[in-house]
Amino acid sequence: MLRVDNLRKRYRTGDEALKGVSFSVPDGEVVGLIGPSGAGKSTLIRCINRLVEPNDGDVFLNELNVTKLGRGDLKRARRRIGMIFQEYALVERLSVMENVLSGRLGYVSFWQSFTRRFPQSDVDKAFSLLERVGLTDHADKRADALSGGQRQRVGIARALEQDPELLLIDEPTASLDPKTSRQIMRLITEICRERNLPAIINIHDVPLAQAFVDRIVGLQEGEVVFDGPPSDLTEDVLTRIYGEEDWTTMHGDQDEPEDTHPHPARNDPTAELV
Amino acid sequence: MTTDQISTTTTYVWRKQPFIKSPVTRWGLYIGALAYLLLAAFSVPVNWARVWEGLDRGWRFVEGFLVPDFASRWGDIVIGMQESLTMTVTSTVVGILISIPIGIGAARNIAPAPVYAICRGVIALSRSFQEIIIAILFVAMFGFGPFAGFLTLSFATIGFLSKLLAEDIEDIDESQTEAIRSTGGGWWQIVNYAIQPQVMPRLIGLSLYRLDINFRESAVIGIVGAGGIGATLNTAIDRYEYDTAGAILIVIILIVMVAEYSSGYVRKWAQ
Repeated sequence: MLRVDNLRKRYRTGDEALKGVSFSVPDGEVVGLIGPSGAGKSTLIRCINRLVEPNDGDVFLNELNVTKLGRGDLKRARRRIGMIFQEYALVERLSVMENVLSGRLGYVSFWQSFTRRFPQSDVDKAFSLLERVGLTDHADKRADALSGGQRQRVGIARALEQDPELLLIDEPTASLDPKTSRQIMRLITEICRERNLPAIINIHDVPLAQAFVDRIVGLQEGEVVFDGPPSDLTEDVLTRIYGEEDWTTMHGDQDEPEDTHPHPARNDPTAELV
Repeated sequence: MTTDQISTTTTYVWRKQPFIKSPVTRWGLYIGALAYLLLAAFSVPVNWARVWEGLDRGWRFVEGFLVPDFASRWGDIVIGMQESLTMTVTSTVVGILISIPIGIGAARNIAPAPVYAICRGVIALSRSFQEIIIAILFVAMFGFGPFAGFLTLSFATIGFLSKLLAEDIEDIDESQTEAIRSTGGGWWQIVNYAIQPQVMPRLIGLSLYRLDINFRESAVIGIVGAGGIGATLNTAIDRYEYDTAGAILIVIILIVMVAEYSSGYVRKWAQ
């Protein structure tokens, strides 16, 4: 359970990125955060794990107030928050396995991580996650040898390796083709349901968000202007979030039958290796 | 109607905008620069008679190199080379070991402000003195011989490698650092997992390049007394043994070429 309460962020340049944002995400719910570029989506999710320091307001992760933590406690709190990035943010020259194991950095000593001697349980977990995302055979490949979709799977495995209680996901499909985007969104939402994880997904692609998330929060100039189920996202609401535009061509694939292959990653891993 | 309008529009003449807009300033600068160049060139005194004499000596020098004599001073050459190579390798290794922490400290994106200021200061100090000046100082302090050379090259390596390493760290892809930070990793883990993999190929390349430079510099600083092949070369020239000097230069060239090719190969492999 995540609760964000009256979160404010003003950058040193004077830009007010967040003007008192409040919402909460119960366990297992996947929230799509939409809004125009510069609305504060990226700032908002980075304020939750304090990669960006908020000026005011509170972030509660299961009763723990993240905004009040000192440096050591903040690091321990970050272990519990998995993050998945736009452009994957993998360490390109490290192997897939090292990237996944880097999700354990907050749990092991510097020496253990420096010598790459992670506890066996961490390695077992990493292998089972790689199997879950369909990349078992790629463990020792360098991350930069993989395709976009495969890299994002590694990013997902790295976040899950942390045993997170919350997932923050920043534009996971921004550099992927439509098919891969749908597969990645499906994988993320499935995993959140399996593990009863709350998640926030920043996303530009509104139809894609509508197809996969449970709830949509619309952000506009640092304020929440919409919060509701995807089906309530009418043309009026889109105009409120993004501004005036002809939205009639937007809803093309909304009613398309979903999930003809419910779990492609588990049933047929090769089908997912795009 | 529309065709009429198009045919009567004036044709636009386009020229690239000059870098300096005002023609007065522009031509003033051109003429000023040319005048200064001419005046400066004529102010350098040239004694043509001396140049004529010198041509003859220069030719004897070249003749010596054309018939290099490896044999008569071979023992000295070997000792000089050994000294130079020892000096080069030890000073490069020590220089790299000191440069890495200083380079990390001099990267603005990961070092705290006071550490940054100190490390940048060390780099500036090391870079502001040319190797020969440092070598003269160390020879005065520690006497003739390769120890002064070793210290000189180590000191010069720090300025070179730390600065370039720091700049490479400042240019890294921050999203990878952000990702490692978001897992709850500490500062050392961020350096080891997010920064080291990104800068390692360049660090290896720069270290090998510095090994090259240190070898060449070891020949130069030997001339001011810091030991090595430079000292041997200096002695040969002082004795007018241009044939031996030629042999020494050929050996230096060969070693530099070997270092050059092998470092290029290693750099490619380290990508």
